Amino acid sequence: MTVTGGNVVSEDLAPDQSLLVDRRKLGDPVFKGFSVGSGMLILVILAAVAAFLIVQAVPAFVADAADLPYGNTWGYVAPFLFGTIWSSFLALLMAVPVAIGIALYISHFAPKQLASPVAFVVDLLAAVPSVVFGLWGINVLAPALVPIYQWLGANLGWIPLFGGNVSGTGRTMLTAAIVLAIMILPIITSLSREVFLRTPGLQEEASFALGATRWEMIGQVVLPFGRSGVVSAAMLGLGRALGETMAVAMVLSGGRNITFQLLTSNNPNTIASNIALAFPEADSHAVPQLIATGLVLFVITFVVNMAGRAITSGHGFRLAHKRAHKEG
Amino acid sequence: MAKRMELQDLNIYYGNFLAVKGVNMVIEPRAVTAFIGPSGCGKSTVLRCLDRMLELTPGGRVEGRVLLDGQDIYAPNVDPVRVRQQVGMVFQQPNPFPTMSIRDNVLAGIQLNARKMPKAHKDEIVERSLRGANLWNEVKDRLGSPGNGLSGGQQQRLCIARAIAIQPEVLLMDEPCSALDPISTLAIEDLIQELKENYTVVIVTHNMQQASRVSDKTGFFNIEGTGKPGQLIEFDLTEKIFTNPSQKDTERYITGQFG
Amino acid sequence: MTADAQPDAPLGDQYMPRMSLTAGQLPKFTDLGLLVISIAVAAALLALFGSFNLVGAILLGGPLFLVGIYALAFSVEGRRRAVNRVARYVIIGAFVLALVPLVSLLWEVISKGLPRFDWQFFTETKRNVVGEGGGAAHAIMGTLVVTGLATVFSVPVGLFTAIYLVEYGKGGPKKVITFLVDVMTGIPSIVAGLFAYALFSAVIGPSKSGLAGAVALTVLMVPYVVRNSEEIIRLVPNSLREASYALGVTRWRTIVKVVLPTSISGIVSGVILAIARIIGETAPLLVTMGFTDSMNTNALPAGGMNPMTALPVFVYYEYTRPGRPQQAYFDRAWTGALVLVLIVMILNVIGRYVAKRFAPKINR
Repeated sequence: MTVTGGNVVSEDLAPDQSLLVDRRKLGDPVFKGFSVGSGMLILVILAAVAAFLIVQAVPAFVADAADLPYGNTWGYVAPFLFGTIWSSFLALLMAVPVAIGIALYISHFAPKQLASPVAFVVDLLAAVPSVVFGLWGINVLAPALVPIYQWLGANLGWIPLFGGNVSGTGRTMLTAAIVLAIMILPIITSLSREVFLRTPGLQEEASFALGATRWEMIGQVVLPFGRSGVVSAAMLGLGRALGETMAVAMVLSGGRNITFQLLTSNNPNTIASNIALAFPEADSHAVPQLIATGLVLFVITFVVNMAGRAITSGHGFRLAHKRAHKEG
Repeated sequence: MAKRMELQDLNIYYGNFLAVKGVNMVIEPRAVTAFIGPSGCGKSTVLRCLDRMLELTPGGRVEGRVLLDGQDIYAPNVDPVRVRQQVGMVFQQPNPFPTMSIRDNVLAGIQLNARKMPKAHKDEIVERSLRGANLWNEVKDRLGSPGNGLSGGQQQRLCIARAIAIQPEVLLMDEPCSALDPISTLAIEDLIQELKENYTVVIVTHNMQQASRVSDKTGFFNIEGTGKPGQLIEFDLTEKIFTNPSQKDTERYITGQFG
Repeated sequence: MTADAQPDAPLGDQYMPRMSLTAGQLPKFTDLGLLVISIAVAAALLALFGSFNLVGAILLGGPLFLVGIYALAFSVEGRRRAVNRVARYVIIGAFVLALVPLVSLLWEVISKGLPRFDWQFFTETKRNVVGEGGGAAHAIMGTLVVTGLATVFSVPVGLFTAIYLVEYGKGGPKKVITFLVDVMTGIPSIVAGLFAYALFSAVIGPSKSGLAGAVALTVLMVPYVVRNSEEIIRLVPNSLREASYALGVTRWRTIVKVVLPTSISGIVSGVILAIARIIGETAPLLVTMGFTDSMNTNALPAGGMNPMTALPVFVYYEYTRPGRPQQAYFDRAWTGALVLVLIVMILNVIGRYVAKRFAPKINR
């Protein structure tokens, strides 16, 4: 392997040694090896997560229901699955409008000096550990909500959602969902804020120049532009809510009761919360079944997160496409 | 339709920085007024004062008076939104709303005011505005397709159609052709000639030939140096500015000695 | 000029009436005054029903205010400006609404955590403590050990993966790894715990240990490290790399001597923020580490069961399984929560500070 680039290379000279690949210098291949190896390790870890969960969970799916401590695994996980999805859905329902409001406040309403402190305050919420949220939820939020729940039960009890015996402790599905909503608020807010901030200024000006008020401009330009970004932010928030464990485990008075009622003490638990509550005391027969429920949770969050990413990248793709179109 | 605008002792600031100083001029209705000058001289800034868009820039504020048929648009109880309904604007980059169809783009402004409108009326407004912007024949078969699928020149005419759909008194154009090819530019210049029959047109342009082709009166802005405020040096009939300017700087600029 | 373009058709006037430029305007302090009145009315209403409290008054007064300001603005300023006004207050209200839980939470944690925020809490364990006294030294130590191990595991893997993604990766493999990091970000923490438990059970049989907890946290931490570092390394301008290559420096030395030093503050800050993210994790440690009241600094699963307690788990058990007197346990739980919140906040502040203070001046 010779490199001849100069203008005074004569045939009889040996190729210049300094230009040859020096086999003793292993730095490059070794360093590259570490990098590639780390990338591969990610693959291995994920494969291991899936594999070990599956291996441990298999007995729970194949064994005879009579031999399992909790009976048929699908039947066991069903109410928890319902509780997981129901609580996360409620949380999303509450968090998304508030998150959009805060994001718009930061991106389009707050004075410049105020925008980043406000963003910081919302980020602070993300920094609070979930066990602290649980402590606060069970100690402060739940008791504070009891009078409201009683009022709702007494006056709006004919609506099925508010039916049933109102819980005296406040540890209801609605309380759990509110705590979840607070916990996923920061991520939805910060992602939405990013999209709103990317709204092309030219289009905002176009709208103002047509005589739009600020709010009309937002409806005309910012929200349509940010829609898919907000949807994907909501999906990622949903992924968080589905997997949240400790806050639910502490706040929710959960069982295996499938119901849409929000204010009672008889709620479906969530998968994650059930594992956290049951695992420390579980014996070797129960563990595989709990791991099996964990596998179900893994699959659901995986699907939701992927849906969120797909929407984001689709969005990015469309933007790039548009730009290319304009320049072309 | 078409109102006179009068600028009186206009000082424009960005924060504490005085960007444009002491502008006085009268912009006649049913005529085209061009602002020319080297970059950074404040001609676009002055333009953005005329529909109160300037205050959307953080720190932007105005001293002095801008009269629209005698009424000061900077008076304390004036609603900037209403000013912008009477003073329309077309921007340097064509900026149709990408999430809307051609038809919805045209209707964007008018629907802010009238949410419920019979379809026949909408159709009429769309057609009239697009005809007014010389775009109807090119797009009448695809009114439902997205506005940003058009060529650059068509997009700019769509923006003009969108601006005239709300029937403004004054139409401001901020270098409307600088992002366009020569043929599209000609189409817009022809359109400007037609628009002046019904509107007061103010156009900012980099291009002196364009100013001399389309405008009736021309204002020349200049700046003494960086950090200094821009000023209106000379304002007169276009013909006079380009043939016999009274100021030395104007002459140097139009003969291409700087800028 | 076509005849149609004559804009004197009556249609436009019908929809765009030639309004005067001036509009009715609410006096300057109407909003503030109305807000005060609304809250006062709400407070009075609540007091009437005998359930007065400030938060309730604000939560009830807010909607009252919105309705009032809409009606006022509608009558004086017209529909469009009224909608605009209300929209602005709804949006500000969303922020205030988010402040309520944050302030309440911080207040509770601080006021309830302070009574036991003493020397004893940080120096003693709970070994043989029944009722009052004792501390969380063992739990704090447990958190330090487990988080430290997780950091030691994740930083090299995460950093090298980031280097791979920015400097070496291309095409399919790069896309796959990026995708997998995304997947990993979404793993619920309890699932990471189950994985670590399953892994150790498969290798050495059922066991509880700090090491298993550290593995679980590593699974959660790696994607954060990758994301944060990747973002920062990508910011290093290519001109710097090319300048280095032009001097005949090899690729890996360029990365080590030019790229990493340029982005080191960002990487350090990213790692600190990643630690802040995982240090409060409870669920995975609950499943993997077991629980003990004693000091244990040995993370290895020696003899299967070698439980270790981390601070979040300590908080959880003190609160959910109190002995008597209950209050002593609750107090310890709240103090633990306070310490946890403090640690996370301090890490966040340090992380942000490092990123700002030591950021290299890259001319771009």
